[in-house]
Amino acid sequence: MSAPVDTPLVEEPAVPGGRGAPAEGGRISRPDSQPRVTGSRDVSPLPDAAPRPAVWRQRLSGIRPDLVLAWAVIVLAIAWAVVPWLFTGADPLAGVPAEKLQAPSAAHPFGTDAIGRDLYARVVYGAVHSLSGAFVAVTVGLVGGTLLGVLAGSLGGAVDAVIGRVVDVLLAIPALLLSLSIIILLGFGTVNAAIAVGIGSIAAFARLSRSEVVRVRQADFVEAAFGSGARLPAVLFRHVLPNSLTAVIALAALQFGTAILAISTLGFLGYGAPPPTPEWGLLIAEGRNYVATSWWLTVLPGLVVVVVVLAANRISHALGRNR
Amino acid sequence: MTALLELEHLDVAYRTSAGPSRVVHDVSFDVARGEVVALVGESGSGKTTTASAVLGLLPAGGAVEGGGIRLSGTDISGWSDRRLQAVRGVRIGYIPQDPVSSLNPVRPIGVQLGEAFRIHRRGDRRDVRRRVLELLDRVGIDDPALRARQYPHELSGGMRQRVLIASAVALEPELVIADEPTSALDVTVQRRILDLIDELRREHGTAVLLVTHDLGVAAERAERVVVMQHGRIVEQGAIGALLDDPREAYTRRLLADAPGLEEPEFRRPRPPVYLRDASVAAAENPFVLEASGLVKAYATKRGAEPFRAVDDVSFNVVRGTTHAIVGESGSGKTTTARIVTRFVSPDAGTVRLGDTDVTALTGAARREFRRRVQLVYQNPFASLDPRHTVADLVAEPLRNFGIGDRRSRAETARRLIDRVALPSHLAGHRPRELSGGQRQRVAIARALALEPELVVLDEAVSALDVTVQARILELLEQLQGELGLSYLFISHDLAVVARISHSVSVMRRGRVVESGPTEQVFRSPQHEYTRELLDAVPRRKVTA
Repeated sequence: MSAPVDTPLVEEPAVPGGRGAPAEGGRISRPDSQPRVTGSRDVSPLPDAAPRPAVWRQRLSGIRPDLVLAWAVIVLAIAWAVVPWLFTGADPLAGVPAEKLQAPSAAHPFGTDAIGRDLYARVVYGAVHSLSGAFVAVTVGLVGGTLLGVLAGSLGGAVDAVIGRVVDVLLAIPALLLSLSIIILLGFGTVNAAIAVGIGSIAAFARLSRSEVVRVRQADFVEAAFGSGARLPAVLFRHVLPNSLTAVIALAALQFGTAILAISTLGFLGYGAPPPTPEWGLLIAEGRNYVATSWWLTVLPGLVVVVVVLAANRISHALGRNR
Repeated sequence: MTALLELEHLDVAYRTSAGPSRVVHDVSFDVARGEVVALVGESGSGKTTTASAVLGLLPAGGAVEGGGIRLSGTDISGWSDRRLQAVRGVRIGYIPQDPVSSLNPVRPIGVQLGEAFRIHRRGDRRDVRRRVLELLDRVGIDDPALRARQYPHELSGGMRQRVLIASAVALEPELVIADEPTSALDVTVQRRILDLIDELRREHGTAVLLVTHDLGVAAERAERVVVMQHGRIVEQGAIGALLDDPREAYTRRLLADAPGLEEPEFRRPRPPVYLRDASVAAAENPFVLEASGLVKAYATKRGAEPFRAVDDVSFNVVRGTTHAIVGESGSGKTTTARIVTRFVSPDAGTVRLGDTDVTALTGAARREFRRRVQLVYQNPFASLDPRHTVADLVAEPLRNFGIGDRRSRAETARRLIDRVALPSHLAGHRPRELSGGQRQRVAIARALALEPELVVLDEAVSALDVTVQARILELLEQLQGELGLSYLFISHDLAVVARISHSVSVMRRGRVVESGPTEQVFRSPQHEYTRELLDAVPRRKVTA
């Protein structure tokens, strides 16, 4: 009882976090975020350890090579979309009939197609169609789904029930079938295909964001915000949304990969961009007739799609882990 | 005769990405047969790590770097997991801290208890079953045959801790390591559990290494105490000598901070100096809060009687004083706090704040009411938004009510941060970079931002270590003196209540069983339950 409060805080030890609060009876309140490793709480940084270099070393050694590779793939794909002419001198649309169906070589890394167009150039120039399509699709799903989910989660009651059933219906229809029906309503084209894929992913976003909002709404700090006089919109924007978005962002990265795949699927089926647009799905579809003789026409663009999708998934996984 | 357990210059380190970080330095002590030794320290002092090292159960990345652990003269520090299996459970029993997460939720407790016998191949099936029932009976669980078939969630916290004790002593080990065995329990349950450990020790001559942050528990139960800080032993010795004549400043501080070790000075309300005129003083409403006849019932199963969490509760808070509500879990004290702060509506009864009835407020009026009453939560880890900075958190109430502009709010936040004695450079930090005590200071600063008349503190210091707890209580007292605040202090800890409150209501099963000035209730308790609660507070053993 002796120390004046003005000479404070040196005495407060590091976080008593891992310890189950000696709270009421058998009910133990423990913050969820605290790892349940007994003894780990005893690992306080040593007072004599210099903090700054340690932090840097920790950051450097925290870098995972597979994640760096994933980001490199995505950055390369975006660069293809933005400045394709830096990556290839060939024209993606004009072909040289004399050089048709050539196997991959130094001159044509991915080979050439049936009318002598450089396949590598077509893949590079096609990135903008596939990526912007995926971007539009994810944006549609993210905005639409999160809006529905946040409304359902924060208002509850009848709104929640109605939105919940709509989402159920969306989930009940196979994604590809749903996209095809929407394209038939909207008409063919890259953008419409992207919107169709996006609408197909609204349900997943709505489900996830609703459950996150419901979880965060029960947190003490949300009640504390109401307790300090905040109104519902302020609480939603200031506390609930920022704390529930991490998982949604991770899903967005995952959906980005899925959307590239879905848009390519639609392109392959002929519901996306019309020829001669070098869209990735369309490239694979065009190579279909030559599978027996010219494997590179399907395999190489296919590999590009697979690698980009895997990279997006890897990044999504890392985002999800860092919550 | 050699000691049962000897630790010699033990060093433990964790591998981190920034190189090994040593958390236990040169720790030496021993435990004789049948002796109770307490390992005392605040969180981060290395006491749990030391205990885990003895069991060979350090978390991944932890390793004994030097020194030795000798059990009856044999060094076991370098032993493999396989060799240690012959020691764990058989020669050293372990009682974990957390009875909720330490039992497997999907298996009946009888099966879990029987595991110890099966792993070490003691007896056949029928034999194991008989011994499990004996054990359950031994640790004071009634109707063992029924309980053995039940799952952990069907038992109370105290009963689960008994099951864990049963499994620790199943094979009659020579040493039991109890890691904060009662930190998560109510005082009366804590007392019964500690009694049980004592009793088992007397009967079987088992030695106990009691790891605790509460010097009160150590003083009551242990024969010798080892005080740790920053991974080093500060002081060790017989309990009596240590309490009477602590040599180190840190031990003295722990002693001063431990609630309940000595009778506190009871607080009496100071006469308000500014009211000199007796008639004016008499006309003034002395109460900041009057709660009368509060009832809150929750529907249980259909057809069953609704459960009355709060049943006809009345109390008053005199302006400028602290009123405490004490009770165990399930006594309805938190529900009462939530009714007063208007997060829950009562089924009957009224709450008057000053001269206004606030019971039925909704919408805008209730929001306006929030300016006058603020709540501080038990868990500072959950009550602060992890994404906001300290300055933002403290200024948020002002922003909500549109008080001042951005700059004046920042100025007010700075003043409040200073007021709760937080270093000003923390203003830009986020809660996760702060310690538990610092977070609770932030929560208090936020509660003060609107200059409320009443601050409701719901177990606000229960999750903190004794030393941090003592600092926060000092802060609360100081703020009350300077700002004329009134507190409604909800707690299960009588020792803390005795230190902070002017008046007290004791609650049990939704009812107030006794109330009055703190000194009177503590000195001459009228109700049997109050006496039981008071007896359960860990105190120094009276040496005969």
